[in-house]
Amino acid sequence: MIPPSFDYAVPASVAEAVSLLSANPEAKLLAGGHSLVPLMRFRLAAPALLIDLNRLSDLAYIKEDGGWLKIGAMTRESALDRSDLVRTRYPLLHDTTRLVADPLVRNLATLGGNLAHADPANDHPAAMLAYRAQVVAVGPGGERTIPCAEFFVDLFTTSLAHDEILTEIQIPAPAAGSGGAYEKLERKVGDFATAAVGVQLTLTDGKVASAGIGLTNVGATPIQASAAEAALVGSAPDDAALRQAAALAAEAAQPSADQRGSVEYKRSLVKTLALRALRTAVARAQGA
Amino acid sequence: MSTHKITVTVNGVAHTEEVEARLLLVHLLREKLSLTGTHIGCDTTSCGACTVHLDGTPVKSCTVFAVQADGKQVTTVEGLAQNGNLHPIQAAFIEHHGLQCGFCTPGMMMTSAALLRENPNPSDDDVRWGISGNLCRCTGYMNIVKAVQAAGKQMAAGGNNG
Repeated sequence: MIPPSFDYAVPASVAEAVSLLSANPEAKLLAGGHSLVPLMRFRLAAPALLIDLNRLSDLAYIKEDGGWLKIGAMTRESALDRSDLVRTRYPLLHDTTRLVADPLVRNLATLGGNLAHADPANDHPAAMLAYRAQVVAVGPGGERTIPCAEFFVDLFTTSLAHDEILTEIQIPAPAAGSGGAYEKLERKVGDFATAAVGVQLTLTDGKVASAGIGLTNVGATPIQASAAEAALVGSAPDDAALRQAAALAAEAAQPSADQRGSVEYKRSLVKTLALRALRTAVARAQGA
Repeated sequence: MSTHKITVTVNGVAHTEEVEARLLLVHLLREKLSLTGTHIGCDTTSCGACTVHLDGTPVKSCTVFAVQADGKQVTTVEGLAQNGNLHPIQAAFIEHHGLQCGFCTPGMMMTSAALLRENPNPSDDDVRWGISGNLCRCTGYMNIVKAVQAAGKQMAAGGNNG
């Protein structure tokens, strides 16, 4: 399958990329390309201009700075997978990264692209909701920070303006006693999730001090399971509390029936995956 | 529509071509450079038959535009053998019958060669995880895993790191 014709530009800086975007309403950014290029081959996307960000090597980094884990938008999934910092301090992100597509895709796919594409079936968006992460966007007027809770607006739609570029992802550095986990059911490696659940929580004095729960591929956007989070905070993370939170997470899901399963099946799956993710997150928090 | 003059070094040989931006890397290799060892399987970024190394990293060449490879090094299955000697991964696929119909084999070998560079002594799980982006529709995975592990041992013993 051959994509439709397009013009192609390789900017040398984010500023140049922003001005190319501003000047071309039909332009799209090319990051890892592992969502966009298949869409172009299927002719579901036909940008007039592709702006290739792959030469902007200063957008690829993973570092802790000022209470945040800061990740450049062009950081490859494989770099996240190999990062000792991510593996040891950010288990929810580590779990998630290893379940994105397959190893070959992860060699080029980027974290920024995974978020900016805003496919509710993508794995990182729900994890970022659980983390209370935020993204940095650069546009003609400068830079702004967008909480992930305000970033995912609708199916394949973010709150980025056309001429804004997502440049950095910021995840709060975990407090002592924090743990996280991501649980996903996929029909085969490389498939999108039938459903998945990301959990990030902090325990203080044996009680849940904060909790974030995000749901993948059970709605038009990734879903923050707010009622489940609220029910956990202040309680001891015992079996009854985790089961109640998992049930509330399942109620927050808004799945559609498709070839991956019925509405009832997916809702039940969210409950099971949420309970597993919660248990793992609590165990990791207690071990931290 | 834009065309671009690009230079891509494939298996050590620099090629300069005038290409449309929409030309996929796999089509550059197969149709312009006649390197048909790289196969097109699914055309949906699923099967890994088109795997090549781009600056040493295995990627699905059906999901990279040729213009993105400008100035870069590409290694295809044709570049595995050196000076008439099969790469250990090729020899091991023959020895351990790591192929049935052979369609997935170039991609399997490219992914495995990169895997062994990082981990010369992979467990069954390491190999299966490593090749999970490559599909064998003959389901001949048992012997593929054996072949990859045997090649790793051969490379460690012979000092050939591919």
